[in-house]
Amino acid sequence: MNFYGLVDGSEASLKTYLNKLSGVDQVGANARAAMLATRSVKTTSKRWAIDTAISMVDLTTLEGADTVGKVQALCTKAVRPDPTDSSVPSVGAICVYNDMVGVARKHLDLIGGKHVPVAAVSTAFPSGRASIAVKVLDTQDAIDAGASEIDMVIDRGAFLEGRLIDVFNEIVTIRQVCGEKAHLKVIFETGELVTYDNVRKASFLAMAAGADFIKTSTGKVAPAATAPVVLVMLEAVRDFYEMTQKRIGVKPAGGIRNTKDAIKQLVLVKETAGEEWLNSKLFRIGASALLNDLLMQRIKMDNGYYASPTYVSVD
Amino acid sequence: MSNRIDVKKTYKLFINGSFPRSESGRTYEVKTSKGAFLANPCLASRKDLREAVVAARSAHNGWSKATAYNRGQILYRIAEMLQARTSEFIEEIMITTGATKVKAEKEVLQAVDTLVWFAGWSDKISSLTGSNNPVAGPFYNFTIPESMGVVAAVAPENPSLLGLIESIAPIITSGNTVIILASTKAPLSAMSFAEVLATSDLPAGVVNILTGKKDEIAPWMASHMDIDAMDISGLSSKLTAEIKVAGAENLKRVHSFKRASAHRITAFTESKTIWHTIGV
Repeated sequence: MNFYGLVDGSEASLKTYLNKLSGVDQVGANARAAMLATRSVKTTSKRWAIDTAISMVDLTTLEGADTVGKVQALCTKAVRPDPTDSSVPSVGAICVYNDMVGVARKHLDLIGGKHVPVAAVSTAFPSGRASIAVKVLDTQDAIDAGASEIDMVIDRGAFLEGRLIDVFNEIVTIRQVCGEKAHLKVIFETGELVTYDNVRKASFLAMAAGADFIKTSTGKVAPAATAPVVLVMLEAVRDFYEMTQKRIGVKPAGGIRNTKDAIKQLVLVKETAGEEWLNSKLFRIGASALLNDLLMQRIKMDNGYYASPTYVSVD
Repeated sequence: MSNRIDVKKTYKLFINGSFPRSESGRTYEVKTSKGAFLANPCLASRKDLREAVVAARSAHNGWSKATAYNRGQILYRIAEMLQARTSEFIEEIMITTGATKVKAEKEVLQAVDTLVWFAGWSDKISSLTGSNNPVAGPFYNFTIPESMGVVAAVAPENPSLLGLIESIAPIITSGNTVIILASTKAPLSAMSFAEVLATSDLPAGVVNILTGKKDEIAPWMASHMDIDAMDISGLSSKLTAEIKVAGAENLKRVHSFKRASAHRITAFTESKTIWHTIGV
């Protein structure tokens, strides 16, 4: 592996590469994110934004109480989010725990959802506290069951201790397990990384190690996908593209619950990374409750009256 | 201190237990009965209504499941808090409507009494309107009234405080949550009443109060799919037909009342019938 020629795999070269990164202006990032959040998106633009956001949703259920029935219901919803309206696009992917991957893949194929990929959270999600051998097996298991996207968590403990090469090597190893079969999304759990500088550093580390996507959080820790954090990550993929001509995707997850939040994310993407990122290949939103709000807003735009959650499915 | 500059009160909306400004940023002018400037309350938009419905819907589960006894106590508490501020309300009503002190005082005290009266109803309504029905089989068969959900109301222009309370109290007594549009010309006592509610242990979102134009907001209330019923006592007859048509689209129950009565409670309840086997 040549890591885009940025590092040679040694600890020294990784340190040199990451030490060259500019720092993040924390106050500036907060202010810029807050300013972009005030933009008003209306009528046809809003309609486009809602449909685009639906196609970007990674419809997620990551509960200990998940059942086969719930995952199947979620798959049905992923393919046809609004059963009464076939113009609603399918969502970006289904995101489940490893043991549900087979169930989801089978059900999606059965109901005409071959185009909807299944993403699995692996590498001892959500804490990441397991040996590399277990993480490799975990990932291999998900791919064998039919996952075409792997959402891995980094070892935040190692990152905060400064053992960056360990984090790097872990991503490289999982990347090799994924091979050509699966997309790799790397989860930072930004709520545990403390500073924006760390978020930027983790982004560049993961991208050089071979991530296809960088993802904010597991959804199990608050704060999760705050606007400034997403901004910092979008700046990172933009800068990385300038260095390598390779576009890496971004996936905010956790805390994006309504249409307004989702549209704010799209504005951030457009203004930071650029329009090339405004599609489900390069931008995803990890969410569960969000989809219903997007559907209700869509009904409101079509019918002219406010919708009720009673008329959209619970899961 | 005769040269003291008054601290003017900012009248805002009451949504989900807090006092936000209108999302639209709009206000309108309210004048005294003699035409002098009084205040700039918020001119609520349909999006403020939407926010209020979300708040009312999420508050409904907890409020409707609270015991009738507990709901009654909270209504009584509201009466206590209102009574403690009687003089402030009298002044506000006098300056807005030009009513005499005697008339204003009568309105405020009657409002307090109305709250106490409905507080008493809360744990009696199910025994009075529910029933144990005889059926041909070895079953008990009960019918019990339950709250409908989210109710939208339009308060009458006059009396602005009493009319508002006569509308709110029966709706929430049975466990409904409410979004009420206050009197347009005299909204100040409604917003001061929101301060009473905020200090009465009433859970956030059970009562939401908007100020603004009735012909702008009421049609959105009627067409909103997540509002289960409407009390349009304060709406002019011009708009009534339009509201009823829009409400029929989503099977909304639409009522209008002239005075406070226990019928205002039962109007916003639904009957649930339960079959239960008779044991040995």
